[in-house]
Amino acid sequence: MNFQAVKSIYYFEMARFFRTLLQSFVSPVISTSLYFIVFGTAIGSRIDQIEGVSYGAFIVPGLIMLTVMTQGISNASFGIYFPKFIGTIYEQLSAPVNFLEIVLGYAGAAATKALFIGLVILGTSAFFVDLSIQHPWAMAGFLILTCVSFALFGFIIGIWAKNFEQLQLIPLLVVTPLVFLGGSFYSVSMLPPIWQKITLFNPVVYLVSGFRWSFFGTADVPVGLSLLAIAGFCALCMVVVWIIFRTGWRLRS
Amino acid sequence: MTAMVEISELRKTYQSGFEALKGVSLEIREGEILALLGPNGAGKTTLISAICGISVPSSGTIRVGGYDTITDYRAARKLIGLVPQEINLEPFQKVIDAVRFSRGLFGCKRDDVYVERILRQLSLWDKRDAKIMELSGGMKRRVLIAKALSHEPRVLFLDEPTAGVDVELRRDMWDIVAKLKADGVTIILTTHYIEEAEAIADRIGVINKGELLLVEEKTALMTRMGRKELVVELQEPVESLPEALSGYDLDLIEEGRALRYTYDTSADRTGITKLLSDISATGLVLRDIRTRQSSLEEIFVGLLQENAA
Ligand SMILES: Nc1ncnc2c1ncn2[C@@H]1O[C@H](COP(=O)(O)OP(=O)(O)OP(=O)(O)O)[C@@H](O)[C@H]1O
Ligand SMILES: [Mg+2]
Repeated sequence: MNFQAVKSIYYFEMARFFRTLLQSFVSPVISTSLYFIVFGTAIGSRIDQIEGVSYGAFIVPGLIMLTVMTQGISNASFGIYFPKFIGTIYEQLSAPVNFLEIVLGYAGAAATKALFIGLVILGTSAFFVDLSIQHPWAMAGFLILTCVSFALFGFIIGIWAKNFEQLQLIPLLVVTPLVFLGGSFYSVSMLPPIWQKITLFNPVVYLVSGFRWSFFGTADVPVGLSLLAIAGFCALCMVVVWIIFRTGWRLRS
Repeated sequence: MTAMVEISELRKTYQSGFEALKGVSLEIREGEILALLGPNGAGKTTLISAICGISVPSSGTIRVGGYDTITDYRAARKLIGLVPQEINLEPFQKVIDAVRFSRGLFGCKRDDVYVERILRQLSLWDKRDAKIMELSGGMKRRVLIAKALSHEPRVLFLDEPTAGVDVELRRDMWDIVAKLKADGVTIILTTHYIEEAEAIADRIGVINKGELLLVEEKTALMTRMGRKELVVELQEPVESLPEALSGYDLDLIEEGRALRYTYDTSADRTGITKLLSDISATGLVLRDIRTRQSSLEEIFVGLLQENAA
């Protein structure tokens, strides 16, 4: 295992993050505040409580999940796509590293960034609503697993993408709709019965539900199922990454 | 000398179906400088990419320092430094960070003393904190070299290191290569400047259309393939060649002011003594005599023409 290489890639990616720390910090703070103003205050004032939680507090886990997923994907996909695009990838390809080390470096850094931003949102939320976390360990576990899985997913997208359009395509066309329809801002139980059924095919529902359970102790689906879903997704991404590594797909000509 | 790089029956067919290497076998000796010559699209970069792990060979084997580049890729690649043909660098990175990054990627611990030495050697030390996008093209090329040397490689591939580089930097580059050779580094470089190969290489390989036409000691190649010219300048110009000299391979040049005799340096007898005495027998008065060795460039062009025929 070439740990020096993992460290190098990780530091390099984090350096990019720290160069733009202010942006990395300010933009989630602003967007979170906006969500609270729009959803929490304007709409929330007309919605009483959902399952005994004020609407403002209710959307916090969903908001964190939404951001963590999109950040994990965009950071990791951009991180690996950019060297491909400008040609510096030759160095990673000619270095004594295997794919696992490259993945650890890129996806590890992307997951770290997503985690950081998730925590910033959590902190910002605390200014707007009263938050209590009933199961902090489960919360941390769900959060980290989600960061890692979606960083891996983003890494796969970055390898697959042949141009910037493709890089944006999956997050825009698949992930954002799934996240918005995944119960981030509402409880699945609020939907008409037929949609409640359809929604269960959306994997994001399980993540948001499980994460929300760790905050408030209530869930749309059993928490064990949530854990299974996120662990399953993480495993699936790992398998795909491993296959890419075996075949050198889209990397080595 | 032992072989540092052993390539056997290497073939590379790109996904497009194009066969860029058609069974190349080559041994590169430890500590030598090998220049690879060949026209655009000959397969030079493809060959280097296959050795360095950037592309996967379709068939054949490559060993570097005795390690197979596929099955023992870690050991093999640690020995290799690569300066690619294209200038591919992260624009926002600082020079020194770029070099440290490469070092780490190759599994070496951070070593500021060594990195400083390299940057000084390449006259980049003053620019160590500059962003790469703030550098000139020649400086960027030096950054590529610094990155390639960051992990103290034993074999260095330079893919057209002097393309688009001014005369001074080219000389610097040659000096750097000479120093590396003195440290025992094996160097493979590709170039379109034949005088470059002539100036610094120990051996020369010629590639054309994915085939290695020859690999030979530079001096041996030049004597074997070399034609030499003897130019005899005359005191008074002549209209035509005298009858008595018709048996020689002579041309009248410079408006009748000189005779050019072409001969093979490797032949047993060059016939110069007899020619000169025959010339003086005709009564022509000689003003000066000079000889010229045909350059590698002429040899190279001749080879490609032969290959095309
Ligand atoms: N990725 C690729 N896919 C398909 N064909 C390729 C690819 N890369 C190179 N080739 C083809 O392979 C041949 C050899 O290319 P290569 O880059 O090795 O040439 P070269 O000798 O380095 O030329 P130059 O002096 O221009 O750098 C060319 O005909 C080129 O078009
Ligand atoms: Mg080339």
